[in-house]
Amino acid sequence: MKSLGSIRRDFAPWNDPNAKPYIRFEDVTKRFGDFTAVNNLSLTIYEREFFALLGASGCGKSTLLRMLAGFEQPTSGRILLDGENLAGIPPYRRPVNMMFQSYALFPHMTVEKNIAFGLKQEGMPKADIEKRVTEMLKLVKLEPFAKRKPHQLSGGQRQRVALARSVAKRPKVLLLDEPLGALDKKLREETQFELMDLQQELGLTFVVVTHDQEEAMTMADRIAIMDKGEVMQVATPAEVYEAPSSRFVANFVGNVNMFEGKVAERTDKTATITGSTGAQIVVENAGEAKAGADVAFAIRPEKIKVSSAKPEGSVNALEGEVYDIAYLGDMTVYHVRLTDGQIVRAQSMNAARVSDDPLTWNDRAWVSFRPDAGVVLMQ
Amino acid sequence: MAGATLSAPTTANGAAAAQATQQPTSFTGKLVIIIPYTFLLVFFLVPFFIVFKISLSQVAIAMPPYTPALDFSGGISGVFSQLKELSFDNYVFLTEDPLYFNAYVTSVIVAGISTLLTLLVGYPIAYGMSRAPATLRPTLLMLVILPFWTSFLIRVYAWIGILKPEGLLNQLLLSTGIISEPLIILNTYTAIFIGIVYSYLPFMVLPLYSALEKMDYSLIEAAQDLGCPPITAFWKITFPLSLPGVLAGCLLVFIPAVGEFVIPDLLGGSQTLMIGRTLWNEFNANRDWPVSSAVAVLLLLVLIIPIVIFQHAQARAQEQGR
Amino acid sequence: MNTTWSRFNITSVTLGFAFLYLPIVLLVIFSFNESKLVTVWGGFSTKWYVSLFQNKALIDAAWVTIRVGLISATVATVLGTMAALALTRYTRFRGRVLFSGMVFAPLVMPEVITGLSLLLLFVAIGLDRGFLTLTLAHISFTMCFVAVVVQSRLVTFDRSLEEAAMDLGATPVATFFQVTLPVILPAIVSGWMLAFTLSLDDLVTSSFTSGPGATTLPMKIYSQVRLGVTPEINAACTILIAIVATGVIIASIVNKRREVQRQRDEQAAQRG
Repeated sequence: MKSLGSIRRDFAPWNDPNAKPYIRFEDVTKRFGDFTAVNNLSLTIYEREFFALLGASGCGKSTLLRMLAGFEQPTSGRILLDGENLAGIPPYRRPVNMMFQSYALFPHMTVEKNIAFGLKQEGMPKADIEKRVTEMLKLVKLEPFAKRKPHQLSGGQRQRVALARSVAKRPKVLLLDEPLGALDKKLREETQFELMDLQQELGLTFVVVTHDQEEAMTMADRIAIMDKGEVMQVATPAEVYEAPSSRFVANFVGNVNMFEGKVAERTDKTATITGSTGAQIVVENAGEAKAGADVAFAIRPEKIKVSSAKPEGSVNALEGEVYDIAYLGDMTVYHVRLTDGQIVRAQSMNAARVSDDPLTWNDRAWVSFRPDAGVVLMQ
Repeated sequence: MAGATLSAPTTANGAAAAQATQQPTSFTGKLVIIIPYTFLLVFFLVPFFIVFKISLSQVAIAMPPYTPALDFSGGISGVFSQLKELSFDNYVFLTEDPLYFNAYVTSVIVAGISTLLTLLVGYPIAYGMSRAPATLRPTLLMLVILPFWTSFLIRVYAWIGILKPEGLLNQLLLSTGIISEPLIILNTYTAIFIGIVYSYLPFMVLPLYSALEKMDYSLIEAAQDLGCPPITAFWKITFPLSLPGVLAGCLLVFIPAVGEFVIPDLLGGSQTLMIGRTLWNEFNANRDWPVSSAVAVLLLLVLIIPIVIFQHAQARAQEQGR
Repeated sequence: MNTTWSRFNITSVTLGFAFLYLPIVLLVIFSFNESKLVTVWGGFSTKWYVSLFQNKALIDAAWVTIRVGLISATVATVLGTMAALALTRYTRFRGRVLFSGMVFAPLVMPEVITGLSLLLLFVAIGLDRGFLTLTLAHISFTMCFVAVVVQSRLVTFDRSLEEAAMDLGATPVATFFQVTLPVILPAIVSGWMLAFTLSLDDLVTSSFTSGPGATTLPMKIYSQVRLGVTPEINAACTILIAIVATGVIIASIVNKRREVQRQRDEQAAQRG
């Protein structure tokens, strides 16, 4: 059985036509003065999903989250949560909680009091509050720090307090605004997995906003890639990477080589693309592209092979010269300048300590790839 | 943050715009505006209109010692007949009597010179503080603020004992033989300059210090690296960057100094002429309320430009502080 | 920062502080002068302090001053905090430009104008001059200072704290009292202290707006100063300076301790 990427997914309500959407944005627009932060956007999120909004700063992802939390009202359109229209419901009556980018821990309260804050507002009996707080402290492994104030904690500990505080009320949806943005790289990687475990354990729906694609790829079931207030693609991490829907998405996520050209010939299975300088590529996965259409062929660097001799039996092999080499330890990155001047980035894993075919700067070299290694993009 | 700008539109960036709650929606939100607003209207704005109104009326020997101008009890026609009687006599009087004109001019000149002197004295102090070791800076800052918490009156009073002909300064100078005759400083403009520089020094040092302290020292290093000698680096880099502080400091000294009363009264003696004292005397000694009101209106007109500049500077500073 | 504190800088700071403090030090020294002449040293004595405490008029004036200060500072703090909230939280409402003008202008308004205009207001509405008018006048000019102090704190206030509180179910009013107020409290306290000190210190506005039976200490001192410099006034000034200095120094030591403790905590937290 073949699957995009290396993971087989069992949890995929978005493929199930009978699945009930949990959160729905319907034609939502948000303007601040003349600036359109979110532009006529529709989006569906399912229960228990770990959903990521990914985009550069200013793309509207935070605004979307804040509308869900109730801090902003949509200019037009509506937002439904579990079938209920959220319009007019103030943030303090919504069954969603948010973990803030700055953590927003109350500086004058201890860790305990911070976690208990939301429960107290609900009027929960004192004994129950204590029980829940203890439970939460245990969940984030902060029991010894219960009596400390936020400034007495390290960055990672603060992050856990913020997390514990936002899940203490058992919200229907947990919103996370750049939850790992303030942590250093190593801690961030550990915490990613902890967040995933926590989501599984509590069975909550998570909506996370991030600008870090690695973070989104690691944690999310599905990713919405946003640009200028619009959603460019909603898909699983593997689909976003291996089958981007547009040039923008292909460029935004990871590294990519882009060959611009025209479809010269089209069969059921394959398409032949002629580049502007005459180089020809034969590809599968050409989708709807018809003969004569202007398209781009996108291929990831790790799917391109570099060799000093022309590989035998390869359909797509282009000649060039090694322009730059970067040895990164686990892999080597080659920049090869093709005869038409285009520079191709290729990556090869250093699976063996010793290379059979070492290349150096200015060597003649061939880049080659399988017909199904990339995708044809029309947008 | 919720930028308290006077007119500038909020930024287009979604997150920043989202921070500002632009209009009060709840009842409590409205109260937070209405209560202080009403108080300020009644106790700040309305009094100015009353001053203006009385400045247009005639002096009378009564209590209150003026005939009311614009009494609305007579209805519309009453108001019209009164409008004819409205007099600018007080203003005419002020322009005809050179005493007042001189007092205004002198006040502005004295305040201007004092402001420059305060800047000259304050800049090295602020600069020295901003270059002090970081651990020492909070203490130095507190030491600059501390005199501000002690009474203004006391600080002015302290100089009388020093500047008198038989005072401490003359005793010192005579005993060291620097001078043979006591210097006459008290009851001269020199004493006023000293008093203003001394009393308003913290107002000058604080904005200068905060402008200089946040300046990145590596800018100076960069300038020197590019071949700029220290003095030139100061004039080309440090000073221009401290200009907002210079402006704020000068306004904070100049504006109150123009209308200053206590310093000219206690240190300047009867020979010196400043508008704050003139107003006080007109009011308390001559009991001429209409004329003193007219003096106040004109003083406000003199100060309106620096006050507007000050407000703009405040708003700008807030804008950047967000 | 790797700058050395140059000799020039040390000299200018030292001279500056000498200029700021020498007059006050001399005033204090001469309050202990045996001689009635303020400027000639006649030996150490505390007799002026004794005579000060027998001067009933001065004691009464001090009492009026303190009462006016406490009441006006408290009301001014409430009003000033509201004004600061209005200015930072609401960027658009009708008359906002006028409002911010009225908040900032009194900071630099010559006192003679403030005093005169308030007096004319009280006369116009037929309010007899006395304790009430004095207190109202003090509220109106000190609230602006409170507003500025509190506002500068609110500008750096992290609004996400309030959003977090609301997100966790606190109503706007609960959010204000449980989160906003405790966090900005230090600024409100310093605003109160500033208002109180300004009120204690005020001469000009008070002279215009107070009436019989409501003479404040600065008014009393001023009327005596006009008659000449006396060691008794030096003694009164010394006491005032001592009170203020003690208060400010204690406050700054407490602050410093808290800051040091905080840094220590933070370092400990970083170590884990």
